[in-house]
Amino acid sequence: MAYDLIGKNFTPPDVAAKVTGRAKYSEDFRPEGMLFAKLLTSPIPHARISNIDVSAALAMPGVEGVLTADEVRQPPAPGETVLTNEPVFVGQPILAVAAVDEATAAEALERITYDIEELPFTVDPLESLYPGGPDAREAGNVANGGIDLQQIKWSAQDFAAAGEGQLPEGTPADEWSYGDVEAGLAEAELVLDETFVTQGISHHSMESRSCMAFWQNGKCHLHASVQSQSFATPGVAGLIGIPMEDLVFIGEYCGGGFGSKGAAYPIMAVPALLSRKLNNRPVMLRITRHEEYYIGSARHGFQGRVKMGFRADGRLLAVDLYIVQENGPNTGFSDWHSAADAISIVNTPIAMRYRGIPVLTNTPPRGPQRGPGQNQMAMAFEPLLDKAANQLGIDRVAIRRINAPEADWRYGENQSPLTSVHLREALDIGAEQFDWAGRMARNGQRNGSKVRAVGVGQAYHSAGGAGFDGLVVITPEGQLHIHTGVGNLGTYSHTGTSRVAAEVLKCDWQNCVVMRGDSRKHLPWNLGQFGSNTSYTMTRTNYVAAMDAVNKLKEIAAMDLGGSADDYDIGEHRVFRSNDNSVGMTYAEAAQRAIELGGRFDGHEVADDLNPMTKASAAGVAGTGLVGVARDNLEQVGTVPALAAGFVEIELDTETGTYEIIDYLGVADCGTVIHPMGLATQTKSGAVMGFGLAGLERHIYDPQNGLPGNVSLLQSKPPSYLDVPSVMHSAAVEIADPMNPIGAKGIGEPVEGCAAAALVCAISEALGGHYFNRTPIVADMVVNAAAGRDQSHGPLDVNTA
Amino acid sequence: MSKDMMAGFELFQPDTLQGAVDLLARYGDEAWALAGGNDSFDWFKDRVKRPSYVVDLTGLTELNGIREMADGGVEIGALTTLTEIENNSLIQGRYSILADAAGRVASPQIRNTGTIGGNLAQDARCWYYRYGVDCYRAGGDTCYADTPEGQNREHCLWGANRCVAVSPSDTAPAMVALDARMHIVGPDGEREVAAEDFFIGPDIDIERMTVLEPGEVLTAIRIPADWAGSTFYFEKVADRNTWDFALVSIAAAMVVEGGNISRIRMAAGAVECVPRRLSVVEQVVTGQPKNEATANLAGQSSVRGATPLNFNHFKIPLLQNLVTRAIRDA
Ligand SMILES: Cc1cc2nc3c(=O)[nH]c(=O)nc-3n(C[C@H](O)[C@H](O)[C@H](O)COP(=O)(O)OP(=O)(O)OC[C@H]3O[C@@H](n4cnc5c(N)ncnc54)[C@H](O)[C@@H]3O)c2cc1C
Repeated sequence: MAYDLIGKNFTPPDVAAKVTGRAKYSEDFRPEGMLFAKLLTSPIPHARISNIDVSAALAMPGVEGVLTADEVRQPPAPGETVLTNEPVFVGQPILAVAAVDEATAAEALERITYDIEELPFTVDPLESLYPGGPDAREAGNVANGGIDLQQIKWSAQDFAAAGEGQLPEGTPADEWSYGDVEAGLAEAELVLDETFVTQGISHHSMESRSCMAFWQNGKCHLHASVQSQSFATPGVAGLIGIPMEDLVFIGEYCGGGFGSKGAAYPIMAVPALLSRKLNNRPVMLRITRHEEYYIGSARHGFQGRVKMGFRADGRLLAVDLYIVQENGPNTGFSDWHSAADAISIVNTPIAMRYRGIPVLTNTPPRGPQRGPGQNQMAMAFEPLLDKAANQLGIDRVAIRRINAPEADWRYGENQSPLTSVHLREALDIGAEQFDWAGRMARNGQRNGSKVRAVGVGQAYHSAGGAGFDGLVVITPEGQLHIHTGVGNLGTYSHTGTSRVAAEVLKCDWQNCVVMRGDSRKHLPWNLGQFGSNTSYTMTRTNYVAAMDAVNKLKEIAAMDLGGSADDYDIGEHRVFRSNDNSVGMTYAEAAQRAIELGGRFDGHEVADDLNPMTKASAAGVAGTGLVGVARDNLEQVGTVPALAAGFVEIELDTETGTYEIIDYLGVADCGTVIHPMGLATQTKSGAVMGFGLAGLERHIYDPQNGLPGNVSLLQSKPPSYLDVPSVMHSAAVEIADPMNPIGAKGIGEPVEGCAAAALVCAISEALGGHYFNRTPIVADMVVNAAAGRDQSHGPLDVNTA
Repeated sequence: MSKDMMAGFELFQPDTLQGAVDLLARYGDEAWALAGGNDSFDWFKDRVKRPSYVVDLTGLTELNGIREMADGGVEIGALTTLTEIENNSLIQGRYSILADAAGRVASPQIRNTGTIGGNLAQDARCWYYRYGVDCYRAGGDTCYADTPEGQNREHCLWGANRCVAVSPSDTAPAMVALDARMHIVGPDGEREVAAEDFFIGPDIDIERMTVLEPGEVLTAIRIPADWAGSTFYFEKVADRNTWDFALVSIAAAMVVEGGNISRIRMAAGAVECVPRRLSVVEQVVTGQPKNEATANLAGQSSVRGATPLNFNHFKIPLLQNLVTRAIRDA
């Protein structure tokens, strides 16, 4: 289908402010009389704090107040606290001090005294599962969404039975299966049984989670760094303890979140509560880089084991997967489950069993990070596909093709359907454009100490939701206002998806305004900007809102100009009779009529199925024009899959353990492409992040004292410009998804995972088929492997050097 | 522990060397010399090192710049930035090894403000020490890195003595290879120290990395003519290609005559608390043909006596490979 706006590049409305520095992030605001807060954080990984004495701090000139854990709501364990007297990780906030400037606040913190009782801690899930092992919390060591905090210990027999270096498989916290796994493994030509470790790494968003709040006329005004606007609002209000209508929530720009700022996060409450305590004076809490490493969340790490049975032609007959998820100290996220689903979708084993257990550790709180679960799994699983391919004498792309999902594939525990799957097409496009065959001819070629190698990787993430609302207004000036509650994660999809409303209403883009970034702008209830869903979910909401506006335009025209609504058409900012273009009215005139007509035409009456937030927003714009507002009740059957394939070529130096990434191509199965430049940027920048995940970013926690070894960008080592190719490539399958009115589905996450997996595979190839079964693969591991030496870490070690 | 907020101090900005030395001497242990600040501010912002008096050296214009010396050597003022050294034609022409080493330090931003003096005098990078724990080097009575579970991937192969931190400076091994002289001015006058003796290990003083006494200022580095224009090799291996400290680095200066190595000096970074002069390698290869066999011997000889910790034995093959390359590929 030919579109005017969809599939075309555009200048995002916020880009000029970003590149000129005019964009104001939450840390940039300076209202008069503003105070600065600083946090007292836990120096040790698990403790009980008592007898806090703040008197000397409060006595200092310039110190205005203190907020302690006793003054904030405490979630039931293992929820993430705002402030606590029982910290469960190094750096957990205990209390906050507000002062006239940060230097004073920092001085004040040093005058606060307290007693601290050290409690047992652990940074290794298996250590905690062993009989008598330490629990990260007093009430237990296992928890996750839907799994109450409890203590689970495996038996010494479980550990002994696993054998040296293999993951023990004690009692899981959850399991499912489909098909006959035993039979599949028995029937297989080749069975692999592999233990692996993937690291949990910090999100280290470039903008830390600084926030500023003040109260005015009974409302709390909060500036925060968030990925999601509308979706985060109820949670933020809840954290502060106020009804949503008393919150003014501003998040116009966000300097990176990667999943860690998808919803409300506890520290946002601190400036709001301090401000209320201090006579509504504005309070700024700048989160330092160190603190961002403590409370900015991290990816879940896995200790896993997978048995895979292959037919002689490479078809995957059975998979038996066990994942021990390093859960951090809190509830954590669903990575372990998603990892299993990802295998079931990407590699379609005919039979599969999954078991898993989320084990608490005294490390930073874990949360979703780009491809949570799916991307760890891609890095662990894809090299094993290569191992099988090499043993079976099958090309590495071919083994992926034979196992790629068909349109009618049903995956996972519930054997769920998928809306559209074109991973095989992505592999084919990639193999062709990357010249896989040509490059394979020099795969493994040596030049002195350097070896060339290619790798291919695949990844998946679900990519869309339904049931959210859209809101548009045609003003009497003839402008189209598209109200969007998605956040500004930096992908520009707030505008990319808004353009669907303009497309449906056939509006000139110059006449459109995207309203966003501030709850006072009357925003509809939208899903958060996370989970690769925006492109799919919010094209639907904007579509239904725009369709509602189209129908109202036609109704008004019919009312005033005769005939029925069906006799009318739209175009060039007019609604006119299909058979006589001269009979019609402009959008501006129609908007004026809508205001005169009132009722449902100008937003005074709205459908009952809208979310209360949307209803309030519609009420806010009511009377200002023709209002299109609707809930997305479009059909959706099946999970929307975003899929991607990545191709990489490297040259690895066996003497130094380092490698150069020579070329990269990412191919996206994301349905209709909404914004080509945005997609290309996502595909390449996702790859950069994936290269860091696969090859650079370590997560160090000292098992002796629980101290973090990476509390700076220097120590965490995300890739630099010089670690990635300056030119990379992207492509898309471009087959529309049938469940989306414009055929779009999301893509943000798998474009990281496929690159990470491809790089792991290429490194293994360069070493002649050496499978580390561990990420990241850092220089010391490559040097050891190339020199035929043992690795320093044990096969199941986590958080190690 | 509160981090990321500098504590207050009194700042002095003298414009003469004597003034700076007087101030530093007056306040002794409580004073801190500040050049580009790239190392210092890290400490200050973390509130781990808290000097009461900071003496900013950047106003001492006499400590700036690169000059040719009468003997054909070169003198580099201690405040000269790493970027200037990297791009200086005299250095590039005569001592490319130093330009290469300076160009591999940190990132362009840091090289633009980081001085050679600060780079040579910078403190250890052991992450425990930097975190602010009470280890030996910080005046305490324990080492967290040198234990069975200590996370010591970046630590030393030689010279462990209560502390296992390594020399982090990229330019230091190059200075040792070039046999540079450190010109120091202090309350008791001037002195000159060979690069090799400038750096000290924990056996000598566990709380310092160099011979600089409180009150002393490194004013210049003098590189003798001996090695000008000889055959050089510098290589630094790090996890990342920029903005990262060395896992191991190698610096070699050699004179090759008729295919034979007639003279050589070689030093490795990040394997000991000081840049490690590889005297054994020098002896093994001197007078030998510069070929693959000699290179391999050199590599093997370089790692004799290395005592790895639990997570850093990869430094053995890595050092061996770099030494081999230094002879083979120079
Ligand atoms: C993110 C980051 C990455 C880095 N990466 C590297 C790297 O890859 N390789 C590397 O070699 N270094 C690296 N460094 C370390 C170092 O900070 C810089 O290399 C820089 O050169 C230090 O110089 P400066 O002038 O900024 O030092 P300053 O911080 O000003 O001084 C450092 C120390 O030297 C002392 N000092 C400075 N000048 C004199 C003098 N003239 N006389 C006496 N004492 C003096 C100071 O008192 C202080 O103790 C890195 C630093 C950072 C922050």
